[in-house]
Amino acid sequence: MHWTAATASVKTEAGKLMDLQTLTYITIGLSFALYIGIAIFSRASSTGDFYVAGKHVHPVANGMATAADWMSAASFISMAGLIGFLGYEGGMYLMGWTGGYVLLAMLLAPYLRKFGKFTVPEFIGDRYYSQLARVVAVICLIFISFTYVAGQMRGVGIVFSRFMEVPIETGLYMGMGVVFIYAVLGGMKGVTYTQVAQYCVLIFAYTVPAVFIAINVTGNPLPQIALGSELVDGSGYLLDKLDHTLVDLGFDAYTTAFNDKSMIDVCAITLALMVGTAGLPHVIVRFFTVPRVRDARISAGWALLFITLLYTTAPAVGALSRMNLISTVNGEDGSGTAYAVMPEWFKTWENSGLLAWFDHNDDNKVQYAAGKAFAGNGKPEFAEDQRGINRERLTTNPGQGDIVGNAPFANELYVDRDIMVLANPEIAGLPNWVIALIAAGGIAAALSTAAGLLLVISSSISHDLLKSTFARNISEKQELMAGRLAAGVAISIAGYLGLHPPAFVAQVVAFAFGLAASSLFPVILMGVFNKRMNKWGAISGMLTGLSFTLGYIIYFKGVFVAPFAANIPENWILGISPEGAGVIGMALNFTVATIVARNTAPPPAHIQQLVDDIRIPG
Amino acid sequence: MKNQQTAYWRANIRLITGCLLVWFIVSFGCGILLVDFFNQFQLGGYKLGFWFAQQGSIFTFLVLIFFYAIRMNALDRRYGVSED
Repeated sequence: MHWTAATASVKTEAGKLMDLQTLTYITIGLSFALYIGIAIFSRASSTGDFYVAGKHVHPVANGMATAADWMSAASFISMAGLIGFLGYEGGMYLMGWTGGYVLLAMLLAPYLRKFGKFTVPEFIGDRYYSQLARVVAVICLIFISFTYVAGQMRGVGIVFSRFMEVPIETGLYMGMGVVFIYAVLGGMKGVTYTQVAQYCVLIFAYTVPAVFIAINVTGNPLPQIALGSELVDGSGYLLDKLDHTLVDLGFDAYTTAFNDKSMIDVCAITLALMVGTAGLPHVIVRFFTVPRVRDARISAGWALLFITLLYTTAPAVGALSRMNLISTVNGEDGSGTAYAVMPEWFKTWENSGLLAWFDHNDDNKVQYAAGKAFAGNGKPEFAEDQRGINRERLTTNPGQGDIVGNAPFANELYVDRDIMVLANPEIAGLPNWVIALIAAGGIAAALSTAAGLLLVISSSISHDLLKSTFARNISEKQELMAGRLAAGVAISIAGYLGLHPPAFVAQVVAFAFGLAASSLFPVILMGVFNKRMNKWGAISGMLTGLSFTLGYIIYFKGVFVAPFAANIPENWILGISPEGAGVIGMALNFTVATIVARNTAPPPAHIQQLVDDIRIPG
Repeated sequence: MKNQQTAYWRANIRLITGCLLVWFIVSFGCGILLVDFFNQFQLGGYKLGFWFAQQGSIFTFLVLIFFYAIRMNALDRRYGVSED
């Protein structure tokens, strides 16, 4: 997901600040002590421990670890806001990021567990009896994981700096330090049990404010039910009210389908996210850590259950906070609220730069409607510390102030979507400890994902490249050392990317899914289900899928180079946007692999025997 | 033994096909392709198509995985390939 939040900090009036600050430090400090304590307790003593936690992880624990591994800082902080602003189309992220677990449970996880080795490239190398296939898989894996982890490290820095009031660089170093301790020391074993703890922290932090807000707005404590409930003020169903309100303000209705994206594009993006999820190496490898094949199957179910708790809450948080925002800003009569009487949180977030107001109609009231309040990309540019006549922060790039559709006024407000989750406790008037909890939750989400990614990168280097390709004679002890060293180096590179994010990182994170969908997923799937698939088919398929998807993204989005064509539906193949390009890449991968395999020698007998073997659990 | 394994694999493929059919119908069918049709109906305050896209399909995925895992355990035992 895109990480758009600026570096910011939550500041309230002086007295409260002390409280909140102390509470936040205590909460985060305790959670760090817990993570490091777990890492020391469960440190790795063998390569088996380091790569796959000795294959002793209970399926429920693995489910929790997978959920934490999977849900990043962006899931935790940005997703609800994203859905709140997209409405129906937010469903493609919800379905896309959960539907992949069905594919994982039925098509990949049990067979890879039966294969029973350490890494995803190792399976590809053995199944396709080719060191070349293994190296190509390592390249795909590193490509996918580094794009993903760079965004995570940035996220770690932002969360740290926002909640702990330190510069973003300091935040990043602290995050790197903690991940370094428990990933390098504990390997997969340490990371697994830390992720279990991190899941508990993040899910508690996410659901507590959501329940409070659900009760405030609808009287029903379950967010999943609250979203389909009537409002406490007796004005009918929440979603109907939201639809009407948004249309009156010039927006598209919340629940109607295909406002901004075509049906085919929604299908393609959803499928690309599903298949991409199933093909992400750091997710797949989690299923190598359970004791038996049957545990791998049920563990995918547990993982999805723990993910579902957050993913079915997020759409409620999105809709409820959008509703909250509109009624707070436009007021009871819908004519706007005077800036002077805006609640405290409004000014807090304005100070942090994630919210801005320009009084287009000079009535001293804040009004929210469709359209951009600010010129250019719609983001405000602040005139440093200058204040306007209402004491609001002055901006230098007001938009035209045009009225959209039937809206009664022009939009005067810029709201960063990330505020939705972060400001929720304040908007709902919840106590400071809930805000501190959100901070610990956001950091847990960022750290757990970063650690999982760094681990697959380091194990593919020490195990797939070093031990199996370039330095076959090293002992287990040396390999373990190499793994730790590689983890350290990977953390440094990730940290560097987080400090100096290449302009494309934010864009590319979303495309890691497309790359996974078009390269790794198809070859693993065919490795299990198509006995006739041989090494030439697999290698050509992976390269075709990866290069097509990469090419399509660069062609329209421009990574390192200027885009070659405008990123508009008229230019896309079949109307599929770059976000959904993984689906075309996957189809090409399957097609090329099948044609090539048919015209080259079938895999040798012992490989066909291997395939028979991984299909049977016992 | 060989026949037994082939039969086990066939049964597995049948089960997967059935599950993925439901997976497809609920998410892509009800949630995307036929969303406008289902939106004519209400589930409490939810339009049905919208509910499938943002809630229903996720719950269905969850049920599908547990159903598959439990049925596979039974298949493992029936074909004598269980790990116990």
